[in-house]
Amino acid sequence: MLAFTKRELYICGALLLFLLVAPFVFVNFKLQLAFMLILIILAMTWNIQGGEMGYNSFGNIMFFGVGMYLCASMQIGLYFPLAEWTESGGEKTFVHEPDQYFKGLALGLAFAAMIPPIIAGLIGYGILGLRGHYFAICTLGIGIASGELAGGIELIGAGQGMTAPPFPKGLGDLETRGEFLYFLCLILLVATFTFIRWLYTTRFRLVLNAIRDNEDKAEAMGIETMRYKITGWMISAFFCGLAGGLVGTMVGYIEPVEVAFDGREMGVFMVLMTILGGKGTLWGPIIGASAFHIFKESFWTLFLGWQYVALGVLIIVIVIYFPEGLMGYLREKKPEWFGEVIDEKDRKAQISLD
Amino acid sequence: MDFLVFQVPALTAQAILDGILLGILFALIAYGMALQWGVMNIINIAQGELVIMGGYIAYFMYMSGIHPAWGIFVSPIIMFFVGVFIYKLVINKVVDRDMFISILATFGISILMMQLMNFGFGSDVVVAQSDFGTTMLFNNSVTLPNSKIFSAVVSIVCAVLLTIYMKKSKLGRAIRATAQNARAAKILGVDTEKVYASTFGINAALCGVAGALVAITFTLHPYVGLPYTVRSFMIVIVAGLGNLPGVAMSGMGLGVFEEFADYLLGTEFRIATVFFLLVLILVYRRFKLAKTREYLK
Repeated sequence: MLAFTKRELYICGALLLFLLVAPFVFVNFKLQLAFMLILIILAMTWNIQGGEMGYNSFGNIMFFGVGMYLCASMQIGLYFPLAEWTESGGEKTFVHEPDQYFKGLALGLAFAAMIPPIIAGLIGYGILGLRGHYFAICTLGIGIASGELAGGIELIGAGQGMTAPPFPKGLGDLETRGEFLYFLCLILLVATFTFIRWLYTTRFRLVLNAIRDNEDKAEAMGIETMRYKITGWMISAFFCGLAGGLVGTMVGYIEPVEVAFDGREMGVFMVLMTILGGKGTLWGPIIGASAFHIFKESFWTLFLGWQYVALGVLIIVIVIYFPEGLMGYLREKKPEWFGEVIDEKDRKAQISLD
Repeated sequence: MDFLVFQVPALTAQAILDGILLGILFALIAYGMALQWGVMNIINIAQGELVIMGGYIAYFMYMSGIHPAWGIFVSPIIMFFVGVFIYKLVINKVVDRDMFISILATFGISILMMQLMNFGFGSDVVVAQSDFGTTMLFNNSVTLPNSKIFSAVVSIVCAVLLTIYMKKSKLGRAIRATAQNARAAKILGVDTEKVYASTFGINAALCGVAGALVAITFTLHPYVGLPYTVRSFMIVIVAGLGNLPGVAMSGMGLGVFEEFADYLLGTEFRIATVFFLLVLILVYRRFKLAKTREYLK
């Protein structure tokens, strides 16, 4: 099931090698690289229900934000009173010992991984019964509503937000912190990639594709579509929550509307990156997210203040001119790379018909 | 939570009247949404931004010394051309495609317009004073700003005029024909491209009127467009496409609901309530339809 073809093995090996040495080569870009890994994870998991299942969600940002808040709150709440922590704001009256920091982070990440899928399972039955654009708009509403709601809860800092525990001082400087977080992200990415790659070889993917292509027919064939849809969404939520927890630790400051439940940025990025790379493929989201992040990091400073304008234009251009994405473009140009055999005679016959 | 709003009749009356006046304005925006949804089969996420932009035109007039109420004539004219421009640039490429493409593309337009307005008009909350005074009702216990009454009246007049125009004029007939069957209309000589452009323009013009009214009655801010989009979407799915009395009724219902939620939960949860209501309505309809093994189309 997990058998790699030779070419895939070379690509994966080279990429892994690159990612392993990258933080030591590009020392100044460690956190940007870690962020890129997170974006790849988000795009890959969005692709499960957006690309494979055909349920375009703007609401996965909710799992991301919930994971972020949960991770930080658990890490703090395990040793200190949470309310006093958020009230003290940036003041560091409570300091995590290294031991406490890592135990707290582990527990926080565990919660960030477990709770979002439960939420997805609970609301999934109601919401996944909606189809097409109704699902899209409904999830857009959920994403924004959860941000507004988080902004009203005093315990986690309301609209002001809260700080995540800083990296313990005794363990080393910013470089060590960067490396630690980078490798945490890399482990998550490798785990996500392996899992999703395996998932795409199973019957599960075929069912998801059947739901995307024609849900009524899939149902008529005896597939309990609802169960598969909920499972797909829960898998998405699991990785989204974990990624959220890591981003909270990386950014260090959690704010409801601009950081955690940022539907206008992160929520759209997920969709955009997947479409840019190619929906419904394994490598599409990876390529899309990398290209998007590299483009964004290299040119964003050029647009100084015009970032959102550039983002809007980028969305429009990608959606109108590249709805199939880079993978779709490649597939059109080089079908033999995808193992598709085109009968020359058949192709000529089609051309003459036109 | 305090239930004062139910115990004091004056407050209840205040909330209901405020809600109805507000709801009529929402219904006007929803009318535009239903129009383009029915005719072009696209959902325009940038609807709210068009409203806010119309509002800023009225605010701009107010700043240059003209009474902002004149905005209800000026901003639809400008917004009509803005709408046609957006159509020619983006929308005509997504009309016949998957609906999700149109949602994403208009989402891009929405982000773009949001930021451009932020540059153009600043990120402060602004309001255009109309100095219309207030009306006191029921022994001075209920206060209604005249600007709200004015906005409701203008909205009703606009909706009625547009309905008549749709029934009587040549373009209106062409629009209705395209909505029924675009291909047949094309075969019979209707220039559907022109029809689509003018539909989007008319929608933008409606948003312009609504925006000018928002500028007079409420506050403006570049980033508050999305709630207007969601409200109009909600009203349209409750009422159904092409059901004008239904749009008016559900608009007023939404307005009253929001006013009561305001009193009960506090203003900071107003936007959250709107979005939660959207989710609730969609899920409710989904379960209702699931009984007969149907789904929202």
